[in-house]
Amino acid sequence: MWSLSHIANEIHTWLSNTFNPTWTLVIEMVLAGVAVIGLFAALGLVLVLMERRVAAWIQIRLGPNRVGPLGLLQSLADTLKLIVKEGLTPDGADKVMFNVAPFIAMIVAMLLMAPIAFAKDFQLWDLNIGVLFVTAVSSIMVISILMAGWSSNNKYSLMGAMRSGAQIVSYELSAGLSIMTIVVLTGSLQVSDIIHSQGNGWWIFKGHLPVWIAFITFMIAVTAETNRAPFDLAEAESELTAGFHTEYSGMKFALFFLAEYINVFIVCAIGATLFLGGWMPLHFGSNNAFNDAMDYIPSSIWFFGKTFCLIFLIMWFRWTFPRLRIDQLLNLEWKYLLPISMINLLLTTAMAILGWHF
Amino acid sequence: MYRETEIIKEATPGSNGEAGVFTINVGPQHPATHGVLHLVITLSGETILKVEPHLGYIHRSIEKMCESLTYRQFIYVTSRMDYLSAHINNHACALCVEKGMQIEVPPRAQVIRVLMDELTRIASHELWWGAMAMDLGAFTPFFHAFRERESINDIMEETCGARLTMNYMVPGGVMQDIHPNFQNRVKEFLRLYKRKIHEYDELVTGNIIFQNRMKGIGLLTPEDAVSYGCSGPTARGSGVSSDIRKVLPYEIYDKLEFDEVLETGCDSFARYVVRIREMQQSIRIIEQLIDTIPEGDFQAKTKAVLKLPKGEFYTRVETARGELGVYIVSEGGTTPYRIKFRSPGFSNLSVLDHIARGSKIGDLVAMMGTLDLVIPDIDR
Repeated sequence: MWSLSHIANEIHTWLSNTFNPTWTLVIEMVLAGVAVIGLFAALGLVLVLMERRVAAWIQIRLGPNRVGPLGLLQSLADTLKLIVKEGLTPDGADKVMFNVAPFIAMIVAMLLMAPIAFAKDFQLWDLNIGVLFVTAVSSIMVISILMAGWSSNNKYSLMGAMRSGAQIVSYELSAGLSIMTIVVLTGSLQVSDIIHSQGNGWWIFKGHLPVWIAFITFMIAVTAETNRAPFDLAEAESELTAGFHTEYSGMKFALFFLAEYINVFIVCAIGATLFLGGWMPLHFGSNNAFNDAMDYIPSSIWFFGKTFCLIFLIMWFRWTFPRLRIDQLLNLEWKYLLPISMINLLLTTAMAILGWHF
Repeated sequence: MYRETEIIKEATPGSNGEAGVFTINVGPQHPATHGVLHLVITLSGETILKVEPHLGYIHRSIEKMCESLTYRQFIYVTSRMDYLSAHINNHACALCVEKGMQIEVPPRAQVIRVLMDELTRIASHELWWGAMAMDLGAFTPFFHAFRERESINDIMEETCGARLTMNYMVPGGVMQDIHPNFQNRVKEFLRLYKRKIHEYDELVTGNIIFQNRMKGIGLLTPEDAVSYGCSGPTARGSGVSSDIRKVLPYEIYDKLEFDEVLETGCDSFARYVVRIREMQQSIRIIEQLIDTIPEGDFQAKTKAVLKLPKGEFYTRVETARGELGVYIVSEGGTTPYRIKFRSPGFSNLSVLDHIARGSKIGDLVAMMGTLDLVIPDIDR
């Protein structure tokens, strides 16, 4: 077997036999860190290229197709360009805050990787409050944006940051409430429990209408939380040039850029885990022949397939819709999404108590 | 920070140190201004208190240049004013010279001129539509609009030899006959265009976010539209009948069947709808003419050196943006004594402060989009 969990176990066994337990732990932590950074970089390259190709496909053009075969090395070339560029710090800027902000954005994105199950039994940290951890850590993101906007000493940046603050704090509510529906149905905050509860069908199939409503609310809310169009008011290039990262250049800009894409990946991974069963293959009740056939597809492919489907959905939003205005954005959250998700949570609770789901 | 804001500080509301009131410079280099327009905006949070356009960044003194160019030459400079409707600018100047010289334009030339004008109008509105959607944060419409605009440019290139500054209209007619392929290409374009125009409504007009962003925003009452001198789709969106093609028909517009598009919404959405519907009217005009281009000369016989009689001459035409007036004062020589262009963009821009006050900064961008500003036309 070449599953990811199998490889991880092999490495663990070999390390345990070779070193004493303390060293084993240290080496495993380093390995995990390197793996996260590697995944980070790989995802950044893949997602940027994917975004550009999806955009090109929607906009009846070709997209990057010159660097490397089929333009696959385009993001690598862009990264190289950004690394060698000078990272300017403006004169009036608060130097410490200005330089720390992009790293906070990246650290937050990295922390969020911890509870995600990438494949069957392959997870960095299966903590018992996994979902709560995700919602808690992702709200630190807003601090980095506020820091970047405020310390830049630029009115455009400040306005972008303020918009972003209002937006992220608001949309976290409905994102959290729609996550809660699944927690209510599962009865656990632990990511592995949530995935195992979908062994006989994903929640989106088992949970009737309330879960669909929660799923749609979740997708809208996380699109807003990650500052993606049509909710990209923090950047809003036609109004605020580049919003909170107007003054950033070179690698510091690249870190924000990377963090945005990693956040998109993470929220889609969470969405896939909660609503689409994570790495769990598509199972239908007791149809054993079908279920066994589905089990032959490796679990990591299930996970990444679902996640990338959701990422495509978010990219599709971006290249189709115009941007909302700030007051409309907040209206949408406080007047529509929040009441809907609250009532929906009550419905789901009733459903869970009465056992009306499959 | 732009120094001049110090000078205007007294006149700016909220400049007395009220909390939360600040000024930002939008432009001269800014994605929203589509050119080198500079707006000094006084804001209270996100709400606009005052918008002050600063002009002159692309001033090339075209009017002064025209004074040292002959009546044949100066038309070429005017292509660079409103570069999106170069044909129509040239047309206005050619009309003015013809009025002074009392040149009779052959019917074939008149029809070709009108065809070119309407194709230009469609191309200009296409670009506006794409840029408008981009102002609102939607990128895709831009590429869809350019797909159609590209085929118009190809038609222009074939006949005029240029894609943007065509310089095709000369006093007495047009510079050369149309390309043998012209009629087929235009008909092919119309077929393509009719298939695609519903996509515009599907992609943008019907979108709920788009409608929320446009409806009830940037209210311009008919009285204000008249008193600010607005013209073109900007005025017609407020229900002010101002189509020069209908009011003071030139060339063969009085013999053609088309409607003056009027909307009474007075808001950004009304101005948007006017332009979308105008494209369809332009198609109607082209369809009437494309099969019946009369045979004959494409240019009247004129002298090599044109000399306008002493006097003042004024003509106006309807460009894609509104009323373009050309005013020539002649002393009887080979060059104009004084020339003045009444550009539609200048008057339309002046209304921006009036309609933008009290709205959000995101809406300012949408309003500027619906005014369809072309900065070289405003600065000249």
